[in-house]
Amino acid sequence: MTDPVISLKNATVTVGNQTEILKGLNLDIYPGDFITVLGTNGAGKSTLFNTISGDLELSAGSVFHQGKDITKVPAVKRTSFIARVFQDPKVGTAPRMTVAENLLLAEKRGSKRTLRNRRLTAEKLDHYRELTAKMGNNLEDRLQTAAGSLSGGQRQALSFLMAIQVKPGLLLLDEHTAALDPKTSAQLMDATNHQVVDNHLTALMITHNLADALTYGNRLIVLNAGNVVLDVAGADKDALTEENLLEYFVH
Amino acid sequence: MSIVVSSISQGILWAVLGLALFLTFRILNFADMTVEGSFPLGAATTVALIAHGTNPYLASLAAIVVGALAGLATGLLYTKGKIPILLSGILVMTACLSINLRIMGSANISLLNQKTIFSGSFLQGLPKYFDGVFVGLIIITVITLALIWFLQTELGQAFIATGDNAKMASAFGIKTDQMTIMGLMVSNAMIAFGGAVIAQNNGFADINMGIGIIVIALASIIIGEVVFGDLSLNQRLVAVVIGSILYRLVLLAVLQLGFSTNDLNLISSIILAFAMVLPQARHFLKFDKVLNSLGGKNHD
Repeated sequence: MTDPVISLKNATVTVGNQTEILKGLNLDIYPGDFITVLGTNGAGKSTLFNTISGDLELSAGSVFHQGKDITKVPAVKRTSFIARVFQDPKVGTAPRMTVAENLLLAEKRGSKRTLRNRRLTAEKLDHYRELTAKMGNNLEDRLQTAAGSLSGGQRQALSFLMAIQVKPGLLLLDEHTAALDPKTSAQLMDATNHQVVDNHLTALMITHNLADALTYGNRLIVLNAGNVVLDVAGADKDALTEENLLEYFVH
Repeated sequence: MSIVVSSISQGILWAVLGLALFLTFRILNFADMTVEGSFPLGAATTVALIAHGTNPYLASLAAIVVGALAGLATGLLYTKGKIPILLSGILVMTACLSINLRIMGSANISLLNQKTIFSGSFLQGLPKYFDGVFVGLIIITVITLALIWFLQTELGQAFIATGDNAKMASAFGIKTDQMTIMGLMVSNAMIAFGGAVIAQNNGFADINMGIGIIVIALASIIIGEVVFGDLSLNQRLVAVVIGSILYRLVLLAVLQLGFSTNDLNLISSIILAFAMVLPQARHFLKFDKVLNSLGGKNHD
């Protein structure tokens, strides 16, 4: 069996006076997994993401990347293999830089930025036009527009493209369609699925939409009170219904 | 006529400060008070060195080093010490007051009969004040071209992204603390160098010469923006230089109205406040939307 991309062993996060947000959580994420993550507010979903990305330190337990202990590796170093899309469209892009400049910036994720010219060439722009056209929301016509002037849906589509610009070892999607209207949200979800499947990405996606959680991905986990209470894949996941899932949403 | 040339010369020489502050105020998105300390620090260092017989070019380069150190101090207090940027700048600015007195040994030093970068026989042969225009144009051209080049590099883009959206920048592996410190060092190195050149042009360094310079530098940025509206980043750098010259001409006009040089700081503040309020007033009066795209403080 192949090594997990990311492995959490007994991951524990304590804040203040012994309030445990994660309680000895264990999770192995394998290459090609597209895992949907469900859970009530306060179940520890965002904390889980923050411990994987390195933005939050574990109080106990360890994080492994392809078998290597990265518990002490800071977030900025982990960006060489972890990319993330946030819920808020404003977080993922630089508002005063153009769409093309944002994409160019994302191409250097995890590698050294030197005093060489950025080289925003005509070929590069053609490539970006093709890339953005796949998102189906006219982003390709706005390459020279400042990201801050885009619609929420376009901006979030850009955030998503930037995250996968350099193929990440693990893609963290933190309710990335939640701030959009239903139609735009569905469109981005569909584009996301295509990109993840076509590029064989390994991804974790937090969602509050039960239907999305059932429709997309090959594996589904439910968090409750800081631990994984359901972890199903393949045919077991396909057999699940929304009613089944609701049973796991207990405080 | 020579009074106008004098103003233009001042405008060009002081444009270095506008460009330096552009890096922090417009790109990193904060007001760096360190400049009120690094400006006289550069002047004091250079003038003291010249007074002790150092070559004026070497002495001017020394200002760059001490200015960068002042920026480093502010940067470390802000990024590692987690002290708010305004206070970090004020701490270093205040510390500079004592350091400057130590360096100069007195509240002011004259450069009378000393060699400066303006002493060359070619510059002395030019009509009055044209030496400042000539030297200023060379300096400002070199600095503007260097900034244009830098901001288009991979590192320069990472620097811009840091000021634009630090959270996004670090998610893409940009070390935002390093970028901030670098910006503060480069900016204050330029400010100190500006202080060195201006002190040599004036013929003296004074302990109080830093007071109000942040307002003057900001005025050149804002006036450039108000006059030219929506521009590309490279054009905005040039607009700062032109803004700096315009500011001097406005000041000249005001002085002609009968105000004294003692009123300069008041007038500077009024000019800056006026230029900053103008976009809001225009919006309020629904005049035009040219100014809406100024960028800077009001973006999300």
